[in-house]
Amino acid sequence: MSNVTTSQVWEWLDQVPDPEIPVISLVDLGIVRDVGWQDETLVVTVTPTYSGCPATTIINLDIETALRGHGIEKLELKRQLSPAWTTDWLTEKGARKLEEYGIAPPQPAGEPSRCPHCGDSDVEKISQFGSTPCKAHWRCKTCLEPFDYFKCI
Amino acid sequence: MELNEALERFLTRLGDNTLVLGHRVSEWCGHAPVLEEDIALANTALDLIGQTQLWLGLAGEIQGEGKSADELAFLRDAWDFRNLLICEVPNGDFGPTMMRQFLFDAWQSVYLPRLAKSSDDRVAAIAEKSSKEAAYHIERSGDTVVGLGDGTEESHARMQEALDYLWPYVGEIFDTDDADDVLAKAGVAPHPSTLKDEYFELINRILGEATLTVPQDDFAHKGGRSGARHTEHLGHLLTQMQWLQRAYPGASW
Repeated sequence: MSNVTTSQVWEWLDQVPDPEIPVISLVDLGIVRDVGWQDETLVVTVTPTYSGCPATTIINLDIETALRGHGIEKLELKRQLSPAWTTDWLTEKGARKLEEYGIAPPQPAGEPSRCPHCGDSDVEKISQFGSTPCKAHWRCKTCLEPFDYFKCI
Repeated sequence: MELNEALERFLTRLGDNTLVLGHRVSEWCGHAPVLEEDIALANTALDLIGQTQLWLGLAGEIQGEGKSADELAFLRDAWDFRNLLICEVPNGDFGPTMMRQFLFDAWQSVYLPRLAKSSDDRVAAIAEKSSKEAAYHIERSGDTVVGLGDGTEESHARMQEALDYLWPYVGEIFDTDDADDVLAKAGVAPHPSTLKDEYFELINRILGEATLTVPQDDFAHKGGRSGARHTEHLGHLLTQMQWLQRAYPGASW
């Protein structure tokens, strides 16, 4: 199997959706840190978003299922804590897809720049935590719709 | 004292703090005053339990008896726990819950970034990960303490009462022993005493913004960190937290 190139594996992983936010892939999320062959074994290094994120085990399972589906037999998943995951690793494609989906992407300023529904910048924070550990809860004061903001860490 | 013995004690302390407080905070799930707070508390608990898995996982590794984080969490009894007493005191109402969270988050937010520079790479990696979460937690609990302290007459009175009740539990953070000395000397962890001023500066500033009066008495309840004497509340907490493993030993899913 080691004739499969790592770029091929990256492409496969880019097809695996995030279990909580299925509109983006695990690669978009920036949690796949490395893909490489060690002899006959494919080693995929993954970093958790938040230490207690319950999606972590599902993510590992999804990666394994996907790669086995592509015929990878010897597979090792490595957990890497340092450097700690940051929203800077979210891809541009991922950020765009998040916004289209109705989730405001992380901003360096630490708060959403505009409402993902109507695009207005008059927004307010409702709560520092949203439906998952990685999101905060905001509301647009123009269209009055609530929305999730992918918080910046 | 051997470095590994000190390291195991230290990791158990860190893991037990986040485990016991994480469980306490999770008791709010489905009961918080408003939905947003319910979600926020549950997410905070989740972060703390996640940190527990990392700390206790490493504690088990260093102990070398093949015990997982789950086994350490669910199969030890009260006298084996090494958490700070402040982590085990009951929630009370939303006021003391948030005050306790604030006093703990403030410590984590001061301590973990230093610990991220540990000479032990494993410790540094967990601290680096956890400190990002702690920074977010202190932002929230600090804001809430200010909002409620500098709020209505009723909320102010309740926050002052919470602070007066919890204050005697703060001193234990700095109740250090030979393990702390060994780790500080080896560069594994900063000695808590070196961060005391920074911690009190931080909490005094926020409590001042919250218009609360910081108690002057420095009496401290001790015994959680050393394991000498926990409060009566820990055993009750464990009966809840550990009942499944006790009723169905070895159950897994």
